[in-house]
Amino acid sequence: MYPWDIPAQLWAFQIFTGLAQGSVLVLLAVGLSLIFGMLTVVNFAHGAFYMVGAYVGVFVYMQTGSFWLGLIAVPVGVGTIGLAVERFLIRPLYGRGIDYPLLLTFGLSFVFIDLAKMMFGKVGLPFDAPEILQGAVNIGIGYFPAYRLFLIAAMAVLVGALWLFLEKTSYGLVIRAGARDTEIVKVLGIDISRVWLMVFGIGTATAGIAGYLSAPMESVIPEMGIPVLVQAFVVTVVGGMGSLVGAVVAGLMVGVVMAITSLMAPQLADASMFALMALVLLVRPQGLFGRKGLME
Amino acid sequence: MSSKNGQTDMNKSGASRRTVLKTAAAGAAAAAVSPFMFNIARGAGDSIKIGFPVPLTGPYGSEAKEQARCAQIAVDEFNAAGGLGGRMAELLVRDDKLKPGEAAIRTQELIEKDKVNFICGSLSASVQLAVNEVAKARGVLYMSISQSDKINESSDFAKTTFHEAMNPHMTAGAVGRYVFPKKGKRVAFLLADYAFGHELVRGFKREGEKHGIEIVAEVKHPIASKDFSAFLPQIMAAKPDVLCICNFGYDQLNSIKQATAFGFKNSMQLVAPVLLYNQRLAGGAAYDGVIGGSNYYWELENSIPSAKAFNDTYRKGNEGRPPSDYGAYGYAGVGALLAGVKKAGSTDTDKVIAALESLKYNKYKGEQYFRTCDHQSVQPVFIIESKAQAEVKNKYDVFNVVHVDKGDEGVLRTCGELGL
Repeated sequence: MYPWDIPAQLWAFQIFTGLAQGSVLVLLAVGLSLIFGMLTVVNFAHGAFYMVGAYVGVFVYMQTGSFWLGLIAVPVGVGTIGLAVERFLIRPLYGRGIDYPLLLTFGLSFVFIDLAKMMFGKVGLPFDAPEILQGAVNIGIGYFPAYRLFLIAAMAVLVGALWLFLEKTSYGLVIRAGARDTEIVKVLGIDISRVWLMVFGIGTATAGIAGYLSAPMESVIPEMGIPVLVQAFVVTVVGGMGSLVGAVVAGLMVGVVMAITSLMAPQLADASMFALMALVLLVRPQGLFGRKGLME
Repeated sequence: MSSKNGQTDMNKSGASRRTVLKTAAAGAAAAAVSPFMFNIARGAGDSIKIGFPVPLTGPYGSEAKEQARCAQIAVDEFNAAGGLGGRMAELLVRDDKLKPGEAAIRTQELIEKDKVNFICGSLSASVQLAVNEVAKARGVLYMSISQSDKINESSDFAKTTFHEAMNPHMTAGAVGRYVFPKKGKRVAFLLADYAFGHELVRGFKREGEKHGIEIVAEVKHPIASKDFSAFLPQIMAAKPDVLCICNFGYDQLNSIKQATAFGFKNSMQLVAPVLLYNQRLAGGAAYDGVIGGSNYYWELENSIPSAKAFNDTYRKGNEGRPPSDYGAYGYAGVGALLAGVKKAGSTDTDKVIAALESLKYNKYKGEQYFRTCDHQSVQPVFIIESKAQAEVKNKYDVFNVVHVDKGDEGVLRTCGELGL
């Protein structure tokens, strides 16, 4: 389909679809970006935490029958696993090269995938949106799935809360200070390792929520985190490693670009994401909102 | 784990036979790989070996294991009935990892190292073509048990090629015949952009011409897509009566789930030509009302005695579960093959081919036979509709069989069209 063949209404609808798709990417990239920005850990297990989030949530749902309980259990459960991973596996690697934690988390992702297979089987678990969010709502330009509207709202609330936490609380101040200059924060008598622990916990918890929120739209299978990991990295690179605003803008942008490419040239949909990344890197090597010199 | 025991036995007898072979073929090493030599070296007491390459690991792993379990039942039944004058059959299961290259290597090993008499298996169009290629080059009979149109065509078919599974042309044709007159003429396609998806669409279009359908949208998606939302608005804008979802596995589950969330079911009939039992179990309520085609559904046991017998045997070994559709292909493929062996009274490839060409068999779903020109199994296609979650009586009770499209050569492409 050529752009001039597409009616305005379909354009609008497609863009909206892209925003919903981008919301999941935003949640994933926020955590990834946060962890990298503060800890300079490239978390290759991020997709696995996403998958674990979906399984924890669906497990809670199977036990209790409540979708909403999962929204509390997932961040708590996945965040706790994240805390343990940081404390016992990643912490001993600080001060070595950037590739040490990268390899560790890469391996860890396979451990998580196999554990999920052992505990829940290779075949997916059935999971649907709660009844109140099933079906479609008229949004003026046509019917749109209620659940995807909820997803956009949930993303906005979560990212808003995270922003308030980082910008307006004293904990947030310490985290931001830690990212700027670790040495000064240490000199001021703050235990930086506890800050890093918390950041990793928050980052993995958001990945878990992203997985749980995606679960009603796709299949809950052990490998579900593999393709999203690549997308999350692209978003993080486009937005700029370590930038919250960058993750939000880039996540939505990637979602919309992919949605529009799917309409005009479906076979290029995946490639469009990388084309966007290449374009951004050519113009701004640090990403749209990234700070210069973070990688050095 | 009867298959495991089978393999151990195989190794023992295999070693002794290999020694025999080595002695026999000493000085004529080059000739040792010719099928003629095998037949001499094989004593009457040797078992009948069926190589079974299926994707035990990978996305279709659980379905592949199901196929192997069902194939083993066919072997056990053959042996319990005395085998071929005391010669027992055994199944050699190998993992093809759903990769054509891997499958070709495994098949070659099965033929050259394990000296199998026959090959049966595979669970993907491209993999079966690779297996067929290897088997055909070595003159070994291959019974394919997954869907493909191409395997019937002159480019790939050889006289050693048999196709027990339905093919996309047959499946889509049967589903189209049922759906188009009932559900409307404005038809949209959402298809996985590879051979299987294209073959299904071609089958629908050809049947659709007879019903005067109008194609209002044709949207291709890459295989293994997660999010189909970007493909759906244009389909909705085209206002079809029927949406044919031509894909497989998790693509099918995800696209149906998301189309349902977009409210498609309010305005159109969702059709999945290959409506999978296991995918329906994993998918739950999203499948409500979806119509599709199937080679088998366990509830056929209420009307078909051979289905009842097969289900009962399967249930005994599998905690009361009924077998799946693709699993049943494993049983039917190996079952038909061994029926041919029995009829031929021999494992000689040419004799078994001749026997299979004239065989009428009813292993699990009613009468079947192989069309002579392309060795395609002519068989009934069952049109099934996914039950609403509220009507489901137990967790295996997921479909209604709404129509049986009787097996008929007339619905296949003609031998001339296939270039045969």
